[in-house]
Amino acid sequence: MDRLELRNVQKSFGQTQILKGIDLTIEPGQMICLIGASGSGKSTLLRCMNLLEPIDDGAILLDGADISEPDLDPQPIRQRIGMVFQSYNLFPHMTAKENAMLAPRRTKGLSRANLDAPVSELFHRFGLGDRMDHYPDQLSGGQQQRVAIIRALAMKPEIMLFDEITSALDPELVGEVLDVLRALREEGMTMVLATHEMGFARELADKVCFLDQGRICEEGSAAEVLDAPQQERTKAFLSRVL
Amino acid sequence: MPSMTRRQAYEARQRRRATLIAAGSTAAVLIALIVLIPLTPGWEAVKHSFFNARVFEKTFPGLLNAFVMDVAIFAWCAPLIAILGLLLAVARDIRNPALYPLKLFSIVYTDVFRGLPVILVIYLIGFGIPGLGLPRPWNSPYIWGSLSLILVYAAYVAEILRSGIESIHTSQRAAALSLGLSSSDTMRFVILPQAIRRVVPANMNMFIALQKDVALLSFIGPVEIFRQAGVYKSLMANFTPYVGAALIFLAITVPATRFADHLMNKQAKARS
Repeated sequence: MDRLELRNVQKSFGQTQILKGIDLTIEPGQMICLIGASGSGKSTLLRCMNLLEPIDDGAILLDGADISEPDLDPQPIRQRIGMVFQSYNLFPHMTAKENAMLAPRRTKGLSRANLDAPVSELFHRFGLGDRMDHYPDQLSGGQQQRVAIIRALAMKPEIMLFDEITSALDPELVGEVLDVLRALREEGMTMVLATHEMGFARELADKVCFLDQGRICEEGSAAEVLDAPQQERTKAFLSRVL
Repeated sequence: MPSMTRRQAYEARQRRRATLIAAGSTAAVLIALIVLIPLTPGWEAVKHSFFNARVFEKTFPGLLNAFVMDVAIFAWCAPLIAILGLLLAVARDIRNPALYPLKLFSIVYTDVFRGLPVILVIYLIGFGIPGLGLPRPWNSPYIWGSLSLILVYAAYVAEILRSGIESIHTSQRAAALSLGLSSSDTMRFVILPQAIRRVVPANMNMFIALQKDVALLSFIGPVEIFRQAGVYKSLMANFTPYVGAALIFLAITVPATRFADHLMNKQAKARS
C-alpha cells in the first residue's frame, strides 16, 4: 500500500480556477472525507487524483513518484486508483457481473473463468449475489451504486475515490451503500470521499477537509472540524448543512 | 356501466366519436377519388397503359425474378457499407496525432460522398473504371455499380454512427477510463456497443433507401427490376410493368419502414 500526496495542486477550466493549490497527504489505510459546498472543488480534486483531469500545476505523488507528469501514461495509474461516481455510470449494455469483469479481463489478461470466483465473491459479500446477471436498469439506485463499487474493487485498487456516491440516491437507499463503505473501512482500504453525509464522516473519517473556493480551508479530525470548527467559513457552511 | 368509472365512460364515448369521424371523412375522400378520376378525359388511356391487367399478369413473374437481382446487390452491399461506415466513424473519433491522416481522410471522404448525387457517383465510377480497359470480370458494371453504392452509403452510415458515438454521455468514457481501460478498449467495449444500438433505427432507414437506390444501377447495365420493367414497357408498349415494379418495392419497403418506426418509438419510450 502506498501513500498518495498532493502538493500545491492547481486546476483551471478556462478562466475559472477551481483548485487554487491543494496540499493533502493520504496515508495507507486512511479514510479522508472532503466536505464543502458544491462548486468548492471536491469533485475536480478527485478527478485529478484519478488523472481524469490533467492538473495545471503542482504535483501528485503516488509512492513518491510523480504521477501528474503530463507525458505519463495514465492507464497503469488508474488501475491502482479506483473511482466511483455520483451517477453510478454503469455500462448499461452489460450485466452487473460483466461490468465488473470488463476491466480486469482487458487490462490484466484474466479470463471470465478466472474472474468468476473472485467477482462472484465480491457480489455475495455486498449482498448482490442474486443480482449478478441483471442489467443496470433492472436494479435500484442503491444496488447500481454497489455494483459500481464492486466494479472498481474488481481491479484490486490500492486507493478508492468516492465522488458523492450517495447524493443521487433516495434517502432509504443511502444506508446500504454506506454499509459497503463501512465494510471497506474495516478491511483497511485507503479511501477518499467527497460527501455530504456529515454523520458518516464523523463516524468513520480519520481526517475531514473542508474545501472552500478551491482551497482546503480547514482540516483535522472529524471532531475538530465538524464539532469545533475554527474558521468562520467552516462554521457558516456547517450551520447551513447540519 | 358497472365496471367503468365516469372518466373511462367519457373517454370511450370520445374514442367512438373520433373513430366515426375518421372513418366518415376517409370514405368521403375515397368515394370522391373513385368517382372523379374516371371522369377525367384521359382516364381510359391511362387505365389501359398503366393498369392493364393482362400486361400485369404477363410481366409480374418476370419482374419478381428480376427483383432477385436487386436483393442480391443489396445483400452484398449492405455488410460492406456497415463495415466501411464503422471504420470511417471510428477514424473520425481518433485523438492520436500520429493517426491524424486517417481522421482527415474520414472527414474529407464523408464530405465528398455526402455532397454528390448517387447517380453521379454511379456514372463516374460505373463508366469510368471499366473504361480503363480492365479484363473480365473487372469490367463488370455489377462490381463498379455496387462499389458506387457502397462508397456513398458508407458516408451516410458513418455520419449516423458518429452521431451515435457523440450521443453517449462523457461519463461513460470517464467511468471506463477510471477503471484503467485503454481508450481503444473504451471505444470498443463501452462506447461503440451503446452507440450502434442507439442508431439502429436510423440505419434501418438508410438501408431501406439503399434497397430503392439499387434501381439506379440499371443506368449502367445490370438487369434488375427497373431495367426489366423498361424492357417489358418497350416490348408491350405499356407502362403497367412500372406499376408492377412499384408494388414489389412497396411490399418490401413499407413493412421495413414500419418496423424501423416501431424500433424508434420503442427506443424513445425506453429513454423517457
